Amino acid sequence: MKGLYAIYRKEMGHYFVSPVAYVVVGVFLALSAFFFNYFLAAVMQQAMQMQMQEMEMGMHPNIDVTMEVMRAFFGLLSTLVLFLTPMLTMGVFSEERKRGTMELLMTSPITEIQIVVGKFLASVTLFAIMLLPTAAYLVFIYVHSDPVPPWRLLVAGYVGVMLLGGCLLSLGSFISSLTENQLIAAVLTFAAFLGVWVIDLGRNAGGGAGNVLEYLSVIRHFDDFTRGVIDSSSLIYYASFMILFVFLTVRAVDSMRWRRA
Amino acid sequence: MIEVQDLTKSYGSVIAVDHVSFTVNKGEILGFLGPNGAGKTTTMRILTGYMPATSGTARIAGFDVFDDSLEVRRHIGYLPEAPPVYPDMTVASYLDFVARIKNVPSERRAERVADAMHKTNIEDKRDQLIKRLSRGYKQRVGLAQALVHDPDVIILDEPTVGLDPKQIIEVRHLIKGLAGNHTIILSTHILPEVSMTCDRVVIINKGKVAAVDTPENLTAQLKGGQKIRVEVQAPERSLQELLAQIPGVSRTQIEAAHANGHVTATVEAAAGKDVRSQIAAGVVQKGWPLFELRGVSLSLEDIFLELTTEDSAHSEAAD
Repeated sequence: MKGLYAIYRKEMGHYFVSPVAYVVVGVFLALSAFFFNYFLAAVMQQAMQMQMQEMEMGMHPNIDVTMEVMRAFFGLLSTLVLFLTPMLTMGVFSEERKRGTMELLMTSPITEIQIVVGKFLASVTLFAIMLLPTAAYLVFIYVHSDPVPPWRLLVAGYVGVMLLGGCLLSLGSFISSLTENQLIAAVLTFAAFLGVWVIDLGRNAGGGAGNVLEYLSVIRHFDDFTRGVIDSSSLIYYASFMILFVFLTVRAVDSMRWRRA
Repeated sequence: MIEVQDLTKSYGSVIAVDHVSFTVNKGEILGFLGPNGAGKTTTMRILTGYMPATSGTARIAGFDVFDDSLEVRRHIGYLPEAPPVYPDMTVASYLDFVARIKNVPSERRAERVADAMHKTNIEDKRDQLIKRLSRGYKQRVGLAQALVHDPDVIILDEPTVGLDPKQIIEVRHLIKGLAGNHTIILSTHILPEVSMTCDRVVIINKGKVAAVDTPENLTAQLKGGQKIRVEVQAPERSLQELLAQIPGVSRTQIEAAHANGHVTATVEAAAGKDVRSQIAAGVVQKGWPLFELRGVSLSLEDIFLELTTEDSAHSEAAD
């Protein structure tokens, strides 16, 4: 446990002295703020148009502005996460290998599991820190909405983004453990993310294969969360995904001892 | 403290370490001497648990480096060829991190970090970022890292590389000072380093142990023969003839013939026979002016070259 904490602490320190983390978090916050504003304006305008139609033709407007904005916003967060998390994980192991510090870690009395899990938890923490300021936008919505939307929506949305992020971080760490080159790690991670993203399209195949592909898509499960639903099958899916890739990373780090030439 | 038995490591068809065996006693400093690519680093990496051996065993403090890797790692401090430092950390926070992953109890951590910085003389750099340090300081931070948990066994891969002469002397003193309480293995390709710091030497070449002994014994053992250098103003051929006739001379070689008629030659003679007086008498009898006549002692360097080149000649013949 102490070894794990030592790694975690070192990683957190590393994130906050490296420019990469600041750039990624900064870009993420700037883009999310911009799009939040944009969605809000767009949905408001749409609502206004519908209200005018109601006055002209006596139809009941059927738009929940809050819900629409929040769903669009969580969808946006997931897309930004897709583009930006490869930058957070690209150096996790490849940089250690390149600098030769992997040799220090692997000749110290700590296990591969402590190294991998410590690093994973640090990246998840940084991810949470990155998300935190965006909650301010949603609090703004809650303050100005009437009636106040259920808090479940907000909580489920963030749980979903965190789980999605955790999956991508575990996958990214695994890929980073396979190469010494950060750039290769980032590109491959991005490609792999896109892969697990678009598996979702496979559900159109229909039948048994379609169902399996639909279940395997990270984004399909995410949709439930944006509707305020915390589904146990999605929780199991995300948990299995993370455990699988953390385990694979442990194996990959362990195999470095044998692969080294 | 360290027992290595028939250690072998091959990468595919390349054998990097070939049935290496040696032991190191508690408190001893063992020098690992060999040309680049001889298998020094590989052997050290196996000892530290960084990579497994293909066959053979190695035990540190009674623990097998493969089966009880974690236990072994608790007992060793290791400085790899390149100091394993994080450029974005300060010296003090880096050493604190290393102390943590080496299981130094929290109440002793500050004291251990301070002690390691004191021993390696980097206290004045404690709050500097490691990336701002010079090569020599980085090397010393690497050394401090290997000492911070006060390990029983310290393994140093070329500890003086990149240091200036003054720092080299300091580091050698430091290493000598650590012996006794710690068992040390250090590798080097710098020969004087071995004779100055080590109690025993393992000469390794092409993955094989060429010799294991104290530096003094190695020098004495190979000094079995005697080497003499002469400089005479004489015709080359007749000088060689004269020298070859002297009883006890096993080999004569003309090193150089100078434009002014001086000829330098090296004479090798069997052990225990001082042929210098006979050489002098012979030269004088011929009426040639004698300019130089001195015994050449074999340095560790000669032994090293002899052992390693002989070996390669053998293996080439075997190929």
